[in-house]
Amino acid sequence: MMDTRATPIELEFHKPRPVLPGFKMTLGYTMAYLSLLVLIPLSAVFIRSLGLGWDHFWEIVTDPRVVASLRLSFGASLIAASINALFGLLVAWVLVRYTFPFRRLIDAIVDLPFALPTAVAGIALTSLYAPNGWLGAALRPLGIKVAYTPLGIVVALTFIGLPFVVRTLQPVLEDLDREVEQAAATLGASAAQAFVRVVLPALWPAMLTGFALAFARAVGEYGSVIFIAGNMPMKSEIAPLLIVTKLEQYDYAGATAIAVVMLVLSFALMLGINALQNWTLSRHGAR
Amino acid sequence: MPSRVIAASYDMSAGLVTQQPSSSRRRRPRLGRLLLIALALAFLGVFLALPLLAVFLQALAMGVGAYLSAISDPMAWAAIKLTLQVAATAVPLNLVFGLAAAWAIAKFNFWGKSALITLIDLPFAVSPVIAGLTFILMFGAHGWFGGYLRAHHIRVVFAVPGIVIATIFVTFPFIARELIPIMQAQGKDDEETALSLGASGWQTFCRVTLPNIRWGLLYGVLLCNARAMGEFGAVSVVSGHVRGLTNTLPLHVEILYNEYNFVGAFAVASLLALLALLTLAGKSFLEWRQPELRHAARGPRDRTRRERT
Repeated sequence: MMDTRATPIELEFHKPRPVLPGFKMTLGYTMAYLSLLVLIPLSAVFIRSLGLGWDHFWEIVTDPRVVASLRLSFGASLIAASINALFGLLVAWVLVRYTFPFRRLIDAIVDLPFALPTAVAGIALTSLYAPNGWLGAALRPLGIKVAYTPLGIVVALTFIGLPFVVRTLQPVLEDLDREVEQAAATLGASAAQAFVRVVLPALWPAMLTGFALAFARAVGEYGSVIFIAGNMPMKSEIAPLLIVTKLEQYDYAGATAIAVVMLVLSFALMLGINALQNWTLSRHGAR
Repeated sequence: MPSRVIAASYDMSAGLVTQQPSSSRRRRPRLGRLLLIALALAFLGVFLALPLLAVFLQALAMGVGAYLSAISDPMAWAAIKLTLQVAATAVPLNLVFGLAAAWAIAKFNFWGKSALITLIDLPFAVSPVIAGLTFILMFGAHGWFGGYLRAHHIRVVFAVPGIVIATIFVTFPFIARELIPIMQAQGKDDEETALSLGASGWQTFCRVTLPNIRWGLLYGVLLCNARAMGEFGAVSVVSGHVRGLTNTLPLHVEILYNEYNFVGAFAVASLLALLALLTLAGKSFLEWRQPELRHAARGPRDRTRRERT
């Protein structure tokens, strides 16, 4: 930071720094737009659920079908985010550390799940994993059914969450000082030992963040899942789908109650991510 | 190149320290590397390349003629028009918001700034289905403003305005979150210089700020547009699925698919897949123009990275 209040002599020759205009206008517009389009609509869900009364609310969210859908949504998301963490680390590592043909192209393709509309991903994955699809037919002799089972949900959620882990790990891997690994190798560590003892600890925070982002996205995902899931109540019906089903039956109370549970869990997750980042930041700052 | 140098130094040091015959040691890192690359490519091939390929192959399964007649169907055209119309409304509105929010947040200090940044990211943490639900609760027949809207014969939900509002919600953070870190990094020296040379506030914004942020702006618009045209969940809840009227492209894909019209569904889906590929190409181009954009992706973590550097 330059100190412009330097000396009284300078002040005589330089005009004081001009004040940028537009603060009140832009902040006012930002607040108004944010409130109208995000904050008030979201508060509508909470206020509506207050009108249900605690007993009615509890009755809805402890209904076996609701519990099963929430368990499926969060469980499948947990598995998918774990797969993403593992393979995301592999993909990020290979993209950052090695050179091979078409590396830039493959790096660009990693973002495909962000760019491809979820409905398109949904029907494409279903056609691949259906019993007569390319992959479904190959897996059938092994006794593995993917489409129209919870396994299909995990596949769709893995697709959706893949870029999060790769993109959070890449910058950290690029920053990572390779001399530390070389030092470990010089001291007699094998490549695997150097990775586990030296590289992995530095990647943990970013991996956790990527995992959490992929998980958060997966929990709310709808478009890519409904085609491949089969949507059987109690078995392969995710929570967002149950909200839609209840809305179609004009059961606004039911839809609102499930939405509140999902929102509370998602916000808790988001706060967790923020705390994680502050922790990461303080660790990096300390270095 | 550098990776080869490092592999060599690994070998040398391993040989020096452990005194093992170097021939077997020299092979292993190379083999391991090939194995890792093969595993990563196989994973990406199965999870990313195959689905993309499947879209185009399924669309052309009955030949080019069937494909062309599927995408020239009047209902498909109505869906294309509506999708363009929705994106053309939602993206500019979020652009104006993004510019206003980034100006306030990057150029000024005020109480609650970091809370405001978190709130702007909020729509990313909300399921698209819940986003749709909120607008049903506000503007639906039994919603807060339902009675008023009905009395004045205004349709929001199950009509185009509802689709636009739901799209704005799900694409809300895209442009703002690209612009805020870029404008923070640039500071306000350029603007202050322009003002002290006699430029008006508006001139300063148009001639100094906008050129400085142009690549980041395009980047945000590109990502926002891709999501706006491809959004399914939120739009599905508020649309009412009236064919030719409130059917966007992704919703049209669903309808055709559920009617077992697979060639039709995948033909329309191939248009959206082309849009996705164009988006990725544009994204790569912008990242090549301005490498700082490279990791400006969705992870809030990337913001912490920018603050560090």
